[in-house]
Amino acid sequence: MSPALLDFVEFSLAGLCVGALYALTGIGFVVVYKATRIINFAIGEFMMIGAYFFFGLAAQASLPNWAAIILALIAAGTVGGFLERFIFRRLIGESAISVFMVTIGLASIMVGLVEIAWTADPRSLPTFLPDRPFFVPLGSAEAFLASKNGWSFIIVAAIMAAFITVFRFWRGGIALRATAADQQAAYSVGINVPGVFSFAWILGAITAAAAGILVGSISGISSAMGAIGLSLIVVVIVGGLDSLAGALVGGLMIGWLESMASLYIGGEYKQVATFVILLLVLVVKPYGLFGTHDIERL
Amino acid sequence: MSVASGETILEINNIEVVYNHTIQVLRGLSLSVEAGQIVALLGSNGAGKTTTLKAVSNMLGLERGAITAGSIRFEGNDIRTTAPHALVRGGLFHVMEGRRIFPDLSVDENLIAATYALAGRDKADADFEAVFDYFPRLRERRTGIAGYLSGGEQQMLALGRALIARPKLILMDEPSLGLSPVLVEEIFRIIRRINEERGVSILLVEQNAAMALSVANYGYIMEQGKIVIDGTVEKLAGDRDVREFYLGAGVGAGGLKSFRDVKHYKRRKRWLS
Repeated sequence: MSPALLDFVEFSLAGLCVGALYALTGIGFVVVYKATRIINFAIGEFMMIGAYFFFGLAAQASLPNWAAIILALIAAGTVGGFLERFIFRRLIGESAISVFMVTIGLASIMVGLVEIAWTADPRSLPTFLPDRPFFVPLGSAEAFLASKNGWSFIIVAAIMAAFITVFRFWRGGIALRATAADQQAAYSVGINVPGVFSFAWILGAITAAAAGILVGSISGISSAMGAIGLSLIVVVIVGGLDSLAGALVGGLMIGWLESMASLYIGGEYKQVATFVILLLVLVVKPYGLFGTHDIERL
Repeated sequence: MSVASGETILEINNIEVVYNHTIQVLRGLSLSVEAGQIVALLGSNGAGKTTTLKAVSNMLGLERGAITAGSIRFEGNDIRTTAPHALVRGGLFHVMEGRRIFPDLSVDENLIAATYALAGRDKADADFEAVFDYFPRLRERRTGIAGYLSGGEQQMLALGRALIARPKLILMDEPSLGLSPVLVEEIFRIIRRINEERGVSILLVEQNAAMALSVANYGYIMEQGKIVIDGTVEKLAGDRDVREFYLGAGVGAGGLKSFRDVKHYKRRKRWLS
């Protein structure tokens, strides 16, 4: 096994693990977009507050990790539901750009509040994942995979499987898609559309917070960690804004690509690779890889 | 003012609707639907027919419209502030103009979506078989994507969703839109069957006046946001103005009439209320 190939495999594995976290956050974005058609630019900040809630509860309030995780997710969901009820529901019917601007403003406010509560200094989260690294056998050698990365991937895979199962067999999945397709028509068949909106925001916030806690446990947290949202927007555009499968594939793809770019071109260029892909996808497949094309009957 | 058979299920009294705080669309419109009847609401483009239905199903808020005066009663209860989905669950179903099926869901999923209308009812079982009995063609295409159905099949699916919801009153907006004459007849036959077999009251908005009057018991004709003529179907069909303006028949002779002789505006107008 040549060292170059070993590098490739190790960077690929790490990239896919980061990609899995992109995918999880991407799902948080897609769920909101599917139901409400709102482009949530604050998605990275939703990750951040999830991570900070966990930090506050586990490191500062000294709760056991499992309790801190559950409470942090509940708190993040509450924030999501609250924002929907008192901000985004009032903006129904406003132009998509106005609502998009509101989410950008919201991102700034969330950063500001976090800095007031916890200052802007980077922190590290208490470890809650086992710290025995994975060694993937590869011919005569073994590829190294950091424990946190590996476990993040496994957790994300489990959450995804749960998502797919639930949306396949639960009537609420149909309500979500019906609302996404046509709000008025959804109302007209008895679907509680504001309820669907609330649900989507709560679920989106919880999903993003879960990803935030995992990201924070790998690379620490800071009030600037929401900047990851920029890569996430690329992930969901590449995958197709309204496609859960797209978020999954787009996340893994962008994560892997950024890792490859930092291996072969240099870490500072990885975002360049990301945006080159964005440009290519927009030119070739403007709805993303899996996004819904509007059905037009001729 | 209408034939007395049973109680009034829907009563609209003097409503005014304004869009965007500026454009007044309904100007004191009143009408009522007796339980078990089909009532036709006719009028030209822009008269406010669709707005009337959206006012009843409380969809105006989604389009920056608002009811500024008047009352709407469904089974005696004021429903002006009832949420749209709550109205549907209470038995008032709106089949919107342009069918509005969910295009990227399958036929089955469209029908399942309509089972939300049964939330909170005592007998909450959805009767899919009944829908397929009325519309055998939908059964053949159950797993097909609704967006790829033909226009007629989409209208059937829209009516099928209404059947799943087991409503007491259906607001039906232009079921004939964009359909061939044969399909229009088929759809109207089924509308009549639904009314007769299930006792569902129907408020029917139509451009195709002749077809609407052929199934209705009572009719209203609106112009510029208010009712100008109303009466039993027999009375309307015999009315000289209605025949001339809505049924395309010439005055008197019964034959076609030269456009040179067509009057530019109504001979008479009457305001209700």
